[in-house]
Formats: sequence, C-alpha cells, structure tokens
Amino acid sequence: MAEQLQKLTEIITRFLDIVGKRLPDDVMLKLKDLRSNAGTDLERILYDSMFDNMDQAIALNRPVCQDTGVISFYVKAGNESKLLPVIKQALVAAVGEATEKSPLRHNAVEIFDEKNTGTNIGERVPFIVWDIVSGTGEVEIEAYMAGGGGSLPGRAITLMPSAGYEGVAKYVFDTMVELGVNACPPLIVGVGIAGSAEIAALLSKKAILRPLGTKHHNPRGAEFEQLLAEGLNNLGIGAQGLPGNTFVMGVHVESAARHPSSLSVGVSVGCWAHRRGTLRLHDDLAPVLVSHRGVSL
Amino acid sequence: MKKILHTPVSNADLEGISVGDIVYLTGHIVTCRDVAHRRLVALGQELPYPLAGKAIFHAGPIIEPTAFGYNMVAIGPTTSMRMERFEAEFIAATGVKVVVGKGGMGAKTAAACREHKALHCVFPGGCAVLGATAVEAIEGVEWLDLGMPEAFWIMRVKELGPLIVSIDAEGNNLFETNKALYAERKETVLGEIAKQVAYIK
Repeated sequence: MAEQLQKLTEIITRFLDIVGKRLPDDVMLKLKDLRSNAGTDLERILYDSMFDNMDQAIALNRPVCQDTGVISFYVKAGNESKLLPVIKQALVAAVGEATEKSPLRHNAVEIFDEKNTGTNIGERVPFIVWDIVSGTGEVEIEAYMAGGGGSLPGRAITLMPSAGYEGVAKYVFDTMVELGVNACPPLIVGVGIAGSAEIAALLSKKAILRPLGTKHHNPRGAEFEQLLAEGLNNLGIGAQGLPGNTFVMGVHVESAARHPSSLSVGVSVGCWAHRRGTLRLHDDLAPVLVSHRGVSL
Repeated sequence: MKKILHTPVSNADLEGISVGDIVYLTGHIVTCRDVAHRRLVALGQELPYPLAGKAIFHAGPIIEPTAFGYNMVAIGPTTSMRMERFEAEFIAATGVKVVVGKGGMGAKTAAACREHKALHCVFPGGCAVLGATAVEAIEGVEWLDLGMPEAFWIMRVKELGPLIVSIDAEGNNLFETNKALYAERKETVLGEIAKQVAYIK
C-alpha cells in the first residue's frame, strides 16, 4: 500500500506539473484557430503575446500563468479499482509536492484565520469531487487549476420557472458582460441548469471541464449552447475583454432534473489559459494522459 | 516604433498617450494588490517604499528564493477591478504614475488618473512567463507576512509589455466606454435568443 501511494503521488505530481505548464490539446487547437483569424492589430498583438508566453513556458519549464489556482480534482473512480484506498491521500500529497517542485503559487488562505498555508493544502483543499463508477477498475482523474480571475465571475441564482430559459440566457449574458470581460477572454463558459443553486453551481464547473467541441446530450441543450456562444461572440468583445471578435471559445451546459417550482442557473468560466488535464489509470499504475497527446509523463 | 516609459515618469511623459495605445515600461514597478491597498488607504499604514513617479503591478507572482535573493518565476496581472475601492486614494496619496493590471477600472480611478496624471494599463493576462522575462532584478520585498502572492515585491524591469492603455491621463476609460456599447448589443442579442428558447410550454 505504501509503495502504491508513493507511486501514485509521483504520477499525480508530474501530471500537475504538466497541467500548469501546457494547455490541453483541444484548447491549443482552438487558440491557434483564433490567432489566425485575429481581425485587428490589437488582437494580433494579444494572441502573439499569448503564444510567445506558451512557448517560453515550455522552453523555461515554468507555469503558463503565475496564478496556478486552487487545485480541484474531479475523480471518476471505478469501484473495482485497488487504488481506491490511496487516491485521496495521493492527490493531497501530490499538490504539496508540485507546489514545491513546479513550483505552484501559494493559493490556499484559511477562512477566518486569513492565513496563507503556503502549501496549497488547506481546509477541503485541494477540492475533490467524486463519482463512483460501477463495473470498472479504471480511474479517471481530471485536474483543474482554478485561478482567482477566472473564479471571480462565478455565481448562481435560483429563478422562478416563469423566467424560463430566456431568463437563464439573460443571467448568463449579464454575468459575462459585467464580470466575464475581466476574466481573461477568450473564455470557456460553463452553465449549470438544475433545481437548486448548489447543484447548478457544481454542474457549471463540470461543464467547463468538458473538452471543446463536445455537445450537450439533448438536441435542445446543444442548440442552447450554440445560441449562447454565437450571441456572446456577437457583442464585440475580444481577447482580454478589449474590442475584438471572440469573447468565448465555447459554451457548455450541464443539467440535472429540476423541481417543478424552481429553475436554478450556475455560471463558471475558464480563462484562455485553461489549465485542465485528464489522466486515466488502472491498478498497474501505467498512466495515460488523455488531454495532452504526445506529452509523456 | 515602441513607446517606452522610463521611471520616474513625469506628467509630460504621459501627454499624447491615449486609450488603446500600446506602451512598454522600463524602470521600477512594485506588486501591489488587495491588502497593500487596504493597508495604505483603509488602515492608514505607510508604504514601505516610495512610489512617486513609479509604477505598481496588480499581480501576485511566483518567486523562488536563491542563494543571493529571489528569482522571478512567473508574474502576470490580476483583476484590477478588485482594487477600485481604494485606487483613487492610492494614486492621490502615492503619486504613482502607471498602474498595470488586467481588465478595466471604474469611474473613481479614471477621475484620479485625470486629476493626478496617471495611466491604467492592461498587461495580457495569463502571460506570466513573458512578464517574468522582463524582470531584470528583484530589488527588495516588504510585507512578506502577507504570503508570496500578496507581498510587496520591488522589481526593476526592462520593456515590460505590451501594456494596453485602458485609462489615459485625461481620464478617458476604454472599458467603461465599451461597456455601454456591449450592454446595448446584449439586449439585441438576447431578444433574438429569447424567440428561440421558449422550451417551457
């Protein structure tokens, strides 16, 4: 068990190091596309700066952004996995290790004490969300570095059902125009729709972890995603919230059945430097880095 | 040609610079964010380093200690709007000339930029390695009790940029001007979407 814990900790430490220094394939592809379609000198300068920065991050082996965020893990754990007893311990230990080795910025401030722990480990942090999957021994670990700027626009509300999906769209647009402009566009927008605020909020975060190009499973949901994305990109807001053509890289909706009397909406955003990674492993501890093809652990 | 501001920056240096222009900064800039602003403005504490004619960076860096001092690993801007509550009084009290951050700032800051002759500029967010490579030296640190991101890091930089001017010394405010335009377009776009998403019937 001790050996398993140590090995898993090492793997996740390296995984976090990569996630902080390289963006996932889907985001890179999208940004390249946006760079080549930049319409103004200002946009070109901004996209050039972003790509220079990513090249230098790899050349100098440094985090892409100084704000390496509060580390969150979304774990889909197969109930047949023999790693179950050590996963949580390994995730927490790896955050401490990566904080020193990568290095990551110290981003865990204890509530009420108002002291930075200096380790990125604190009360309920790293934040871990579990899904237990039946009938498999596979473990999928999604890591997300939630930066402060990207977290500031996050909010949720419970609407009266009379507000309808029109009200949902309005809440998303109000949030984006008021707060999203400062969160380092082009953004990935996550929208959670459910029957209470905490479910909607968590789903909105899960939504930004979906790879770009994926759609909501319901055709209306997919249509809603597209309408919001096109609409947000018609406001004239571009990179860094300055004038431009692309405010969002995509809008993703995740949903849960609602109470007949309530319609809750959560909004989360991911900045352009979307530090997300997906790792799959089995009991043999041979990791597959799904999000970053061609990058070896 | 690159427009480079050198600290100490004078009022005359800022003449002719307008919102949307791109400038670079050479000289002294200090990280200064939430608590540093609060300490000066709300708690009445003295700043540990004079800022007249110099620049502040709304930023929380990653720093590595070395045998001789500190090494800048990564530095990029944080959301400037968080400092809106304190920035006007901060500019008045310190004589700081260039405020670098991310996103826009509000009417109070714009008025202070006009009255005291100062700029607010956007350094591209998420470009922290670019920022770090412009840092020639970390000359000192104060208020380390606040932790690495919030401490007062005194840096010497060479051609830090691109810095996009979002508030100029005349008080013009790029983000505020655009906001009205965005709000107007938002209503039109939402009107179109509403026609297509009446799913509750």
